[in-house]
Amino acid sequence: MFEIGLAHYLTVAAILFTLGIFGIFLNRKNVIVILMSVELMLLAVNINFIAFSAFLHDLVGQVFAMFVLTVAAAEAAIGLAILVVYFRNRSSIAVEDINSMKG
Amino acid sequence: MIIQALAFYAFAAVTIAAGVLVISARNPVHSVLFLILAFFSAAGLFVLLGAEFLAMILIIVYVGAVAVLFLFVVMMLDINFVELREGFLRYLPVGGLIGLLLLVELVLMFGAWVFAPESANVAQAPTPSNLSNTAALGALLYTRYVYAFQAAGMILLVAMIGAIVLTLRERKDMRHQKIAQQIARSRAEAVEIVKVRPGQGA
Repeated sequence: MFEIGLAHYLTVAAILFTLGIFGIFLNRKNVIVILMSVELMLLAVNINFIAFSAFLHDLVGQVFAMFVLTVAAAEAAIGLAILVVYFRNRSSIAVEDINSMKG
Repeated sequence: MIIQALAFYAFAAVTIAAGVLVISARNPVHSVLFLILAFFSAAGLFVLLGAEFLAMILIIVYVGAVAVLFLFVVMMLDINFVELREGFLRYLPVGGLIGLLLLVELVLMFGAWVFAPESANVAQAPTPSNLSNTAALGALLYTRYVYAFQAAGMILLVAMIGAIVLTLRERKDMRHQKIAQQIARSRAEAVEIVKVRPGQGA
């Protein structure tokens, strides 16, 4: 109970990842909250990386977590830019309005 | 030991509670603020794991840049958020089912999983004991992973240029200075000298 092991951190990360997936289902209309859910999932991945890095005494996990952070930041910037352009053209960000390509 | 455990439980509880509130808050501005709280407490977890540098990066880059970017976009776009929340309860059962399934799978996997005994010997870069976390990370990042590091920089550059290209717009009703036309003007077409005799001026 008071001995914090790898499993504790992995459980926290698993719950956070599940919350991210749950958030995507729950807010299917709101792209901003979907992007935030993706950020939560990436945070869970980072917790996993760093927990393994700490408990295996291997620094590579932390290096890779930094790359995950980089890609997540780039993804957020591009996603929000697309959102701004979309809102400028259609004055709405509802997901079901994004259907002009009939995909 | 007990302090460490208490800190872990506090940070973990705050992280998860903030995560729940991110996806369930009525107002997206509150969602962003809870996202910031989740990042802060995850940074606390990183410190407990001995990754101080990444904890700092998480606070500086995520709270300082990404979350504020979210906040800007949420506040800048004039959106009817009540309309966007329609169907929230309709999606709750299927979303909850899938989330629960995923969680059960992950927990089952953790329960039946152990380190291989030889896994301690295959570490790519064992954590040095005589260096601080930041120094050790830098020594690794700028030597063995320098190409990946450069690639990460390229990704950020491309993202920056992409965001600018996407959001920059040429407005038709704006007046722009045309420097080439200004410089190409000669004196002959710009100034005319008219001799005006006294008493004959119009």
